[in-house]
Parts: sequence; structure tokens; C-alpha cells
Amino acid sequence: MQRIFVGAVLLGLVAATAAQASERKAWDSTYEPLPSSTTVLRNATVLVGNGERIEGGDVLIVNGRIERVGKGVRAPAGAVEVDATGRWITPGIIDVHSHLGVYPSPGMRAHSDGNEMVNPVTAHVWAEHAVWPQDPGFGAALAGGVTAMQILPGSGNLIGGRGVTLKNVAAESYQAMKFPDAPQGLKMACGENPKRFYGGKGQAPMTRMGNVAAYRAQFQEAQEYRRNWQAWERRQREGTGNRRGAESGGAPATPPKRDLRLETLAGVLDGDILVHIHCYRADEMAVMLDLAREFEFRISAFHHGVEAYKLADRLAEEGVCGALWADWWGFKMEAYDAINENLLLVDRPANGCAIVHSDSSEGIQRLNQEAGKVMGHARQVGLEIAPERAIRWLTQNAAKALGIDAHTGTLEAGKMADVVIWNRDPFSVYAQADQVFIDGALVYDRSDATRRPVSDFMLGQEVQP
Amino acid sequence: MIRSTATLAALAFGIATAFTAGTLRAQDVLIKGARVHTASEAGTLERADVLVRGGVIRAVAADVAAPAGVPVFDAAGLELTPTLFGGLSGLGVEEVSGEAETVDHSVALNGPGTVPAIEPDWRPEFDLLPAFNPRSAAIGVNRVAGIGWTVLAPNAMPGGSFVAGQGAAVRLDGSFDAALEAGRSLFIDLGSDSKALAGGSRAAQYMLLEQALREARPAPAAGMVSMVPGHGLLTPLGRETLMRYARGGRVVFHVDRAADIRQAIALAQRSGFEPVIAGGVEAWVVADELARAKVPVLLDALENLPGSFDRLGARLDNAARLHAAGVPVAFTQSGDATHNARKIRQVAGNAVANGLPWEAALAGLTRVPAETFGVADQVGRITVGQRADLVLWSGDPLEVTTFARQVWFDGKPASMRSRQTELRDRYLKPAGPLPRAYTH
Repeated sequence: MQRIFVGAVLLGLVAATAAQASERKAWDSTYEPLPSSTTVLRNATVLVGNGERIEGGDVLIVNGRIERVGKGVRAPAGAVEVDATGRWITPGIIDVHSHLGVYPSPGMRAHSDGNEMVNPVTAHVWAEHAVWPQDPGFGAALAGGVTAMQILPGSGNLIGGRGVTLKNVAAESYQAMKFPDAPQGLKMACGENPKRFYGGKGQAPMTRMGNVAAYRAQFQEAQEYRRNWQAWERRQREGTGNRRGAESGGAPATPPKRDLRLETLAGVLDGDILVHIHCYRADEMAVMLDLAREFEFRISAFHHGVEAYKLADRLAEEGVCGALWADWWGFKMEAYDAINENLLLVDRPANGCAIVHSDSSEGIQRLNQEAGKVMGHARQVGLEIAPERAIRWLTQNAAKALGIDAHTGTLEAGKMADVVIWNRDPFSVYAQADQVFIDGALVYDRSDATRRPVSDFMLGQEVQP
Repeated sequence: MIRSTATLAALAFGIATAFTAGTLRAQDVLIKGARVHTASEAGTLERADVLVRGGVIRAVAADVAAPAGVPVFDAAGLELTPTLFGGLSGLGVEEVSGEAETVDHSVALNGPGTVPAIEPDWRPEFDLLPAFNPRSAAIGVNRVAGIGWTVLAPNAMPGGSFVAGQGAAVRLDGSFDAALEAGRSLFIDLGSDSKALAGGSRAAQYMLLEQALREARPAPAAGMVSMVPGHGLLTPLGRETLMRYARGGRVVFHVDRAADIRQAIALAQRSGFEPVIAGGVEAWVVADELARAKVPVLLDALENLPGSFDRLGARLDNAARLHAAGVPVAFTQSGDATHNARKIRQVAGNAVANGLPWEAALAGLTRVPAETFGVADQVGRITVGQRADLVLWSGDPLEVTTFARQVWFDGKPASMRSRQTELRDRYLKPAGPLPRAYTH
């Protein structure tokens, strides 16, 4: 009896293992945290990322997670002790808008994989399918304290495709960088770029009217597509969608035809895919908010939002983040009304969600400095932004916009130990990341070349000193 | 940072000549108590006064008494520098980059849509200066950020030549007579970015330059023509222009790859140009050669990625290595050099974070570019006799969290308003009963 029982359990185990192996669906993350030690970082100025600041604070990392943050934290015997006296600790920085890997360095034609500009709507393409993990820009961003980022398609199309959130770890495939369970993003673009490119070829859209008409047509189709699938699934559940049902005049046995473009948009309507819209002008953001109202989806963030300050209250009310630059302006008409205080004004209302983003392989290395510039301009108009508040623009708010705030973005207990030790106040031009941890693993050390990733592309180039 | 009494005394001696009879004018001011970064041999004076009369710096010393009628500006706790160099830019010749009708920084006589083609398309005589608009909003935005002068730099464009044309130094005081003529330079783009304009090979860039120089030089003997009619690259005016540069004129080579930098210097040496390297991403590789040839480099200290195969050697310590080798280093930007010219002090600050001495970084925004472009008698230092183009900063001028409190041109306080501060102030206030359009 007992023997049989054991045998059954063993069989069950085998079955479970097989099931687990097959449970990894296509395109799922294969990311595994790198080996880490129990580590305690001692006596730093800790910016928790949720608005709190602890002077003389410790951060305890156990099993790749934040175990405790505070003063005089007791560490288990054998923990690696890092003296961070005089230094600053922040959560890992998160960039919600990057094209690393899809517009990598070197910027060769062969590497130009960010804009599928053959049709103004390419909701079926996924940025992750083009990410080149050997882009040296990833390592450079890591030196700037960036531990996670969203890689987006470009803004040439009205609906450019799906974005992917990555952990900034060196790997041979994007799947091994993919942030586990992070929702995908949908990249949309307002304004000049799509209408300039397609209108210039005598195609739609040629105007902002055409832009909006196309978004509406797409979401209308997606609503129908989603309704058809929902109806089929309901019938399946109710058992009316089987062969007998079809024979008796019920639902067809075969599901509706799968459409990869509409599947993406239906994912938006379901709330599974988060919407990120390249949109500069305030009036266009207001238009997009109404588009979202008409088709009942939520906008996670407006990106670039040079005029976000003009409707900061509305963004806060609707819970939409503004992912912004500190000072870019003037390169096209929709970027003409920039002010240095854009982030400041978007951050100001209750529930305001200001994010510093880069859209740049240079900018992503210095998001801390971008925030620093805004702090300076705030001071100029008599407002003081404390470092513990500003850090949220780079960490907590960014994590929120990407739907990963339950896992990273602050140094609260239980979260992934994505942590940066800075040699000084991180909002200084002279600040350098001394050490960067991802899931508790030391992945960058400024004083140890063996702890700095070098991409395959840079190996053996005859240019190193 | 030098704070020697001898130096202070020497500087104070300037006061003697300063007290000439003069009526109260806006060009007179005594800026008191600032930390003064002179960008000269005197270095930084921890607490000094700067006396300006008639728009000219008359004294730089501790405890200068205010002459009767001269307004005093209390600058205690603040830091004073010369107005900063905005790098090579299109300030005043580019309003909105994406709108061609507002952009004048390039010539492409045979560009798309030009029918019939205008030949020849080599126009070294092209000079940006007549297109300069001192009333550009982009100038105001950068002026209030402490950028006081720039060098207008034409770009090579498809349909034009990789010999992009000429630019000059301009002050950003808003006046129509802003040019510093001595800063006029010829710009030549070399390497992979522009080789399409030379038939596809960078070797052909040198071939064509040699051909143009041959055309420009006077015929060596009677009976020999210096140009084959119908096959020339240059107009008569172009020949004159190029010849002027071949007699010691300043030529700015936009070039990044180490091997190309060496070729550019060799070309300059055999042609009579006075070379300046701009871009210079791999300049550190040939630092010693640049130092020996006394060639200044204008670089973007944020360029650390291998953006192209010409830039594989990009490094954050490029500036530090060049400086250590004795190469004069100034800053420029590879990105949005025009609208965001103000970002240049962040560029300099990052060079410091990566090993460049602070004083050298400030010099790279002031004295070094002024010397490089032959305008050091006008801008780039706080010394007696210089025009009083000054910026007072809330703190370390290379720090991202500081800002310009006041800018002076010729001793006159500049308006610290710009299109951006107007927009800021309209939206900073809470909304009132009327639309914001009524707030102005």
C-alpha cells in the first residue's frame, strides 16, 4: 500500500516537473538573479524612494531582497558589510523610455530596429524581438545606476508596437533580461512624427485629424475583436461552444481568427498592456485623454510631454504620469513651449506623477543629473525640492508607470534589492555610482573592473588604453 | 585656486586707471564679494570685488571702494565667471530645427529640389554671419543660463560640400553688432559622417581638398592655368577664400577617428591652415601629437559610446587625458548644441567628475575657446581691460543644481527674462478666474 502511494507521489512529481517546464510560455522571461550574498550597507544617507530619507541608515539585503532599512540594522552573522559612510544609497534608477538595443551603439543601418515605418499602425510588432543585448549602452547605463528600463519602439507610427521592461543585466538574449511578470507597454505617438512621415508620402495620416481618426478606427476594431473573443470564451465556459453546440445551431467550435495587431490593442482594453504615449502638446494630451475615455482604457504615462505643465492638474486627477526631460526643447514645433520647471509643476499637485526619462543613450546615464537641474530651477523660483522627493521621479514613479512598483522602485522590505551606492549626493554633476546591485547581486563596481560588464562588441577593439 | 596677495595687489593696480571722470552709466557696476573665477593666471579669488566702468573691467581685487555714482551689486556667497562659451552652435541661425524655413546653418546649392543644379557646389565663401538673428528666442533662453558667446558653425549637408563654409564668434547680448570678426573660421567635416559628399571614400575628401587648394593657389608660372574651366570645384570668390585660409587661417575640422585626426593635422600643416579639432572623440589616442602640434580640441565630454566606427574609442576621460598631455581643451556638444547650448556646463562638470581639473574645465568654457578663436582680448577672462561680460552664479558654475543669478554684457545687466521664464511664470501661479492667456 505504502509502496504504491510513494510511487504515485513520485509519478506526480515527475508530472509536475514536466508541467513546470512546459509552463514557460513563449516569450516569457528566463531571467535568473545572479548569485548574491547577504549584504548590509552601513551608515549612508538613504533615500528610500517613497519620499523618506534616513540619515546614517543601513540597508540589509537577504536572498536578493530588501530585508530591512533603517538605523542600526542587525545583520546575520557572515553578512558582507559595506561601509557607506558619507555616501548615499538610492533604489536602482528606472528609465521608462529607452531605445537601447533597438537603436544601439554603434548606430549602423544594420542596427536600426526601432521603427517599423511601413504602416502607421504596427501594434503587432514587439520591441523585444529586436533588442540586441550586446549594445554597449546597457553597461554605460548601469554605470549611471540604471537597474531597469522599458525599451520602446520609436515614434514614427501612431501605434508603434509593444515595449518591454528589462532588468539591466548582461545576457546573451533579451529573455534573460526580461523583467519577470512585468506588463508589456504599448507605444503610441501623437503629433508631428507620424503625420510628417506618412503625410509626406501622400498617405494617411497627413494631419492631426488623421492621427486621431486612425487611433479611433483601431480601437473600435479592437473592441469588436475583444467582444468576439469574450463571447467565444464565454460559450466555451458554458459548454455551448462544442461540436454538439455548433451542430445544434450554437456557437462555432473554432475560436475567432487570431489577429496579432488587434490582440495587442485588446490587451490594452483588458488593462494587461500599459499605454505609453509620445505626446508633446497639452492640447493633444487632452485629446488622448478623451480617446482613452471613449474606448475605456487607461493611459499610464505621456512621454516627452514638453507641455505637460499646462495641464498638470488634469494629469494628476486622471492618474496619468508625465515622463519628461529636464531641458530638451526647440527641435520641432511641438517642443517649442518647454520650460525648465516642467517636472516641478507635474510633481506639484496631490497625486502628481513626475518621471525623468531619457529617450537617449547619453541621457539614460545621467537621469540623476537631469533631476538635479530641475531641483536647481525649483530653487530659482523659491521652491525647494528635497532629494528624498526628487528621487521618486527616477524610481518609484517610474516603477508605477511600468506596473512594477510592487517589485522595485523603493527600498521597502520585501522588494527586489535593486540598489545604488553613490559616492555623494546623487543630484550633483560630480556624483558617481560606486556600486550597483540588481536583486542583491553586485553587478557594477566602479573600483573593480572585474565587476563591470563589457559587451562582446567592445572586446578586442584596438582602442583601449 | 590661487589666492596670493601679490596677485591681488597686481590686479588692484588696475584701479588707478579706472577712476576716470565719467557720468553714471549702466555700464558701471561694482560687483562685491563674489568668489571670482578669473579663468586667467590669477585663478579663483575666494572673495573679491570686480569694478566695471564704461563696460570694461577696471579692477579685480579685494575691497575695492565704490567710486561715487557706481552702483554696487552685493554678490556675497555667489560665484562670478566670464560669460560662458556656448560651444559650436547654430544660435541665431536656427529657430526650430524641424522647420527648414527657420534654419539657415547650412548651404546645399544642389540639394533636393534645386533645379537646375547650381555648380559648383563647393562654397567655402559661404559665411553664416549675415543670417545671424540676435533676436532669436533660442538666444534669450541660453543667455539667461549664462551663455554669453558662441561660434556659429555651418554643417555639411547632402547636396553641399563637406567644406561646410565659414562661421564667426558672436556675443549673445542681443545686439545687431554681435560679431567678433576675429573668430571667423572655416569648417570642414571629415570622416564617415560626411564622406558621402566626397563620392563615398574618406580618402577622396583629401583628394578633393588637394584639388581645391591647387585651384586656389595662384598659377605657378605664365602659361599654366590653376583651374581647368568646367571642372573646377571653386568659384573665383571661393578660390580667394580658401587661399586666405591657406595663409594661416583657422580651419575647424569636425573629425573623430584617431587616424583621421592625424590626416587632418597633416593636411593643415602642408596647406598652411591653422587647425582646430572639433568632436575629437578619439583625440586621446593621439594626445601627444596634438600637444606637439599645439592643436586645440573642442569636445563633448559626455560622448562615451561607440556611436559609429569612427568613435569606437569614445571615453569619459577624453578631456582629462588630453589636458594631461598638454592639449588645450574646450567644450562643444554633439547633441542639441543650439537650443540646449546651456547644457555645456553640465558637459564640463562631467569632465571634472572624470578626472579633468576643475580650473581646466572652466577654462574650457571660457579662456581656451576664446584663445582658440582669437577673441581672448574680448571674452573669456575676468581681468583688467577686458569687456565686462560676466555671470553671477548661485554656486559652483559647473554644478547642475546651480543657476545664473545675473548676466552682464559690457557691464550692463542683461534681462533675466526669456520666452521660457515667461511661460514658467504664467503657469507657476494658480489659475485665476480668467484663462491664463490674460496673465502676462
